[in-house]
Amino acid sequence: MATAALDFSVLAHRPATAAAAESLTEQELCSVGPCQFPLPPVQNLDSFEREVMEYIKPAHGTTTLGFVFKHGIIMAVDSRASMGTYISSQTVKKVIEINPYLLGTMAGGAADCQFWLRNLGMQCRLYELKNGHRITVKAASKLLANTLFGYKGMGLSMGTMIAGWDVGGPGLYYVDSDAQRTKGQIFSVGSGSLYAYGILDDGYNFDMEVEDAIELGQRSIYHATYRDAVSGGTVSVYHVTKDGWKKVRGADVGDLHYKYYPDADQHPTYGASPL
Amino acid sequence: MSIFEYNGAAVVAMAGKNCVAIGSDLRLGVQFQTLACDYKKVYPIHDHLYLGLAGLGTDTQTLFQKFKFHHNIYRLKEERDIKPSTFAQFVSSTLYSKRFGPWFVSPVIAGLEPGTWTPYLCGMDSLGAIETAPDFMVAGTAPDSLYGMCESMHKPDLEPEELFEVLSQCLLAGTDRDAISGWGAIVHVITKDQVITRTLKGRMD
Repeated sequence: MATAALDFSVLAHRPATAAAAESLTEQELCSVGPCQFPLPPVQNLDSFEREVMEYIKPAHGTTTLGFVFKHGIIMAVDSRASMGTYISSQTVKKVIEINPYLLGTMAGGAADCQFWLRNLGMQCRLYELKNGHRITVKAASKLLANTLFGYKGMGLSMGTMIAGWDVGGPGLYYVDSDAQRTKGQIFSVGSGSLYAYGILDDGYNFDMEVEDAIELGQRSIYHATYRDAVSGGTVSVYHVTKDGWKKVRGADVGDLHYKYYPDADQHPTYGASPL
Repeated sequence: MSIFEYNGAAVVAMAGKNCVAIGSDLRLGVQFQTLACDYKKVYPIHDHLYLGLAGLGTDTQTLFQKFKFHHNIYRLKEERDIKPSTFAQFVSSTLYSKRFGPWFVSPVIAGLEPGTWTPYLCGMDSLGAIETAPDFMVAGTAPDSLYGMCESMHKPDLEPEELFEVLSQCLLAGTDRDAISGWGAIVHVITKDQVITRTLKGRMD
């Protein structure tokens, strides 16, 4: 068996009861500590990590959004992964289901997002076992921000939204790999985020109905995929309520365009040939 | 990012039985921002000769105007249309004349040779090195996936309608793997008696 770079020993004595969870040390509960990833033996870690990023080039093209409204939270994402101008996948899952009440979105490095949101799921579960109740969105997002703070300057690339429902109602936070953590009502993250904001800010109303909110989320992502070359594939929309999250839409952008604009000459960009 | 990938383009040309087809995508962008979806990269020189220009948008426009002008002069002097093979040599020497500060374009030339009405197909690099092909030619920002499609879909002696179908499928499927080309396509099928031109609906992402 290959030598594991990570120490998963914290999982080996996973407590079966809340009482057993009491015995876990603070370090085990907090995170997989920074010291557990072996660092490359180089003089200047900063410049080395920058050089490494040039080689591995994580997927950067993305559009994700989330907003709070009267009936909960809407989260919507595209599904494209690109390496430069090459489209490496059209079926990426950019909403990460942390647990039945918590969602995370993925922008930046795919591996970084997948790993650290899974890691956040583990931390949230341990919190439940220790305290006997579900973690708040506020606390969960802070756990992630604290973890990312520990890796600040080491080249992680993440821009994520944490959404969920807790005792205080709906919660939406933006957390990124600089360890910035912001609570908010409307967020959009990724290369297509500005295009999405254009539609989202125009159509948003806190008192809107569920169906209208879902449509706004879908339309915002669609318009972002149209203008942004590195966003596309499918639009997935999730709705978060007091009963947890539910996936409510999954539409191919190839079909959506012709639903919104059946005739080419009706489209705003239709015009005369330049020559 | 290369200057050839600044605006994004995909051009394909294919030979059939006494016919050739040439098509391009319709996107004009600035890097990852899509600006227009009606930007054709295939230009008519005359009824039996079309020129596809992939690469930097500003250079493709300037070059086409240059070629069109020189073809008009040619017609006044010679009282006939230029042969595709002759035109290819002209394009080549125009490009090489800027050997040390090249036009950032990759041309594809598709036409029918007068008299025999046999297909003429060639492509070039930005310095004017001609590569003639009996079957197909691709250029632009998605050459790998376009080559893959053409290698597996093309066969010799296709009739005009079959050729249209094959080229269209290759162009649409090829550009679906490239982020900066696509957003619809245009295809011309050149035969002795007519040119069939159709615009295609594609994925708009």
